[in-house]
Amino acid sequence: MEWLQRNRISVGTTVVILVAAYVFYVVNDNVATSMFKGAWFFAVPLVLGALTGVVGERSGVVNIGIEGQMLVAAFTAFFTAAASGSLVVGVGVGMLAGIVMGAFLAFTTVKGLMDQIIAGVVINIVATGLTSFFYRPGQVLSANMPQWDIPVLSSIPLIGDVFFQTGPIALFALLAVPVVHLALFRTRWGLRTRSIGEYPSAADTAGINVIRMRLLNVTIGGIFAGAAGAFLSMEATAGFERGMTAGRGFLALAILIFGAWRPLRVFAAALFFGFTNALASQLQGVINIPQQFITLLPYLLTLVVLAVAAGRVRAPGAVGQPFVKGEGS
Amino acid sequence: MADPRDEPSDGAPSQGAVATEAPPPVVPEQGAPPPPTGVLGLLVREQSIVVPIVAVVAALAIGAALIRAQGVNPTYAYQSLFSYSFGTADGLQATFEKMVPLILCGLAVVIPLRVGLFNIGAQGQLMSGAICAAAAAHSVREAPGFLVAVIAMVAGILGGAMWASIAGALKASRGVHEVISTIMLNSIAAGLIDYLVNGPLKDPTSAYPASYPAPDAAKLTPLGFIPIGLPIALVLAILVAWMLRRTTLGFQFETIGRNRHAASYAGIRLGGMIVLAMAVAGGLAGLAGSVEYLEIDPYRYQDGIAGSLGFDGITIALLARSSPLGTIPAAMLVGALRAGSSTLMFNTGIQPEIVDMLLAITLLLVSLPIIAKLIFRRHTAKSSALASSWGS
Repeated sequence: MEWLQRNRISVGTTVVILVAAYVFYVVNDNVATSMFKGAWFFAVPLVLGALTGVVGERSGVVNIGIEGQMLVAAFTAFFTAAASGSLVVGVGVGMLAGIVMGAFLAFTTVKGLMDQIIAGVVINIVATGLTSFFYRPGQVLSANMPQWDIPVLSSIPLIGDVFFQTGPIALFALLAVPVVHLALFRTRWGLRTRSIGEYPSAADTAGINVIRMRLLNVTIGGIFAGAAGAFLSMEATAGFERGMTAGRGFLALAILIFGAWRPLRVFAAALFFGFTNALASQLQGVINIPQQFITLLPYLLTLVVLAVAAGRVRAPGAVGQPFVKGEGS
Repeated sequence: MADPRDEPSDGAPSQGAVATEAPPPVVPEQGAPPPPTGVLGLLVREQSIVVPIVAVVAALAIGAALIRAQGVNPTYAYQSLFSYSFGTADGLQATFEKMVPLILCGLAVVIPLRVGLFNIGAQGQLMSGAICAAAAAHSVREAPGFLVAVIAMVAGILGGAMWASIAGALKASRGVHEVISTIMLNSIAAGLIDYLVNGPLKDPTSAYPASYPAPDAAKLTPLGFIPIGLPIALVLAILVAWMLRRTTLGFQFETIGRNRHAASYAGIRLGGMIVLAMAVAGGLAGLAGSVEYLEIDPYRYQDGIAGSLGFDGITIALLARSSPLGTIPAAMLVGALRAGSSTLMFNTGIQPEIVDMLLAITLLLVSLPIIAKLIFRRHTAKSSALASSWGS
């Protein structure tokens, strides 16, 4: 009860949205299902990318390089899968690529004290250079990613259709959100992570190894961006193209801010983005708007959302600042 | 390490020793080595030049390994690349033509860096400049050629400046981080322009989506192998250097970049300055766009006119260690690589994307503080954070 009282706005909003969604579903189940499916489809890489951001920025490291992490992961996942003939190996290597890129960011910024923004931009440019140089056209996957129907859950109307008749990576994203949320707010790791992102010197005084923890978190956080990349090149489509992330890493960043660095809100924000996108595509047939305006809607929305949200949410206190033991902050 | 606060002249190895007229009894920081002398001292003092050169050489070496891995002799590959870019009249002209927008885009990143802003949006600013130039040139196409060219350039400057100041205004008023807003503006510009060249501004006689061509009289034809844009870009680089170093405006920019709280306390209007810095940067990138439109065949706005010029601007600014004059050699290097890449492809079959790869490695090496640390050990100039965190 007390919990309900404290979270009445979030719970209330969720209930309102669910009711609205089901009213829509009752009115026209086909359109509703396809729109919500489209929304979640659009949101999966954003959720995953933003989770990489959550883990990194909660520990105090800004990650502008999510886009590059995703791109390299998409590249390695697809080409490993095509070469080895195994989807599992492909996805695994994609996630590993995300982790390696995360480790790069971690070591340059936390150990090397390189400027975090510049490090992120460097990651993006390096990722573009690497993937476009080594790109070879004409590769195909030996099989399509499986589509799973989760027993029981997939028979729930609407929610089952949207979330539980999915590919493995989308399911991973769905599970990762509550897991990261619980880890961040209910475990010792989470408390420590938040403390090194808010006030590293105090955390250091309390005996937490700030440097090691930041290195570890930023590195491991890359797994989500890796999964996002694998989703793009293997699950959403079966193919890699140069620059195929097309700004999704930056959208994920905007969602991270819009979602106030909290996994559950990030999930909601990503779904909102996805739904807007699906709505715009639906509207295209109804009213006459040029197709280009639909494609740029997510970017425009990012700007608007940031302009509204940036003043209202508070970033982790020490995000963007390198920690040097003994120098205070 | 690509820090706007590292002045080239700031060669003092650490805060321990500062050269003044009457050397005060400076107590060296514990463990700080004495300032080195001789050749090593010169190298340490000129870190901002030495580090980029080392980075470029190392990147070319890594590139050589990549080229060898493709079964091509690296010496031959680099020879054919650079002998075209610098050794032939055509190649030299191509290099110079590439240099013009590269210098301007480099400056468009350098100026905001000095204010502590990271402008990733030179690409979008260049594109909006180019499309504004194309629209303006078409609407006054009956005017004398010289006038059309000037009007197109002014329109390009305004278009780029307007596009960049959106990011500046969002930063100043709402605290939206400029890295995200400029990237979003890049995509929005691309979408809007795609609509324009397929719709209102489309030349119906063109087979593919493109704007109307520039009137013949307005085209900037090169003098010999020197494109007209080159002196403009060089003069602007010198002007920007002068502005940053010698004018009140430059002083205000620099003060904000070093400590915005102090700047605010000193009565500098932060918001206005942020918007102004972005507008100036956008104007330069926009000018680059209009020069591309007026100077490069097919003299139209069409898909791919911007290439990756805006993003190369980032590489150039970091390679130049955010020095305006440093953008000139940096742009020459990037321009030569870009100009020679098709010859390289023709002679050796190596994909032109090798240039992206080389530039990425260079950027990586030049911005890693580790490089400077490896060379200079404890004499490395102190680095600090540029990142203005989210929402501030």
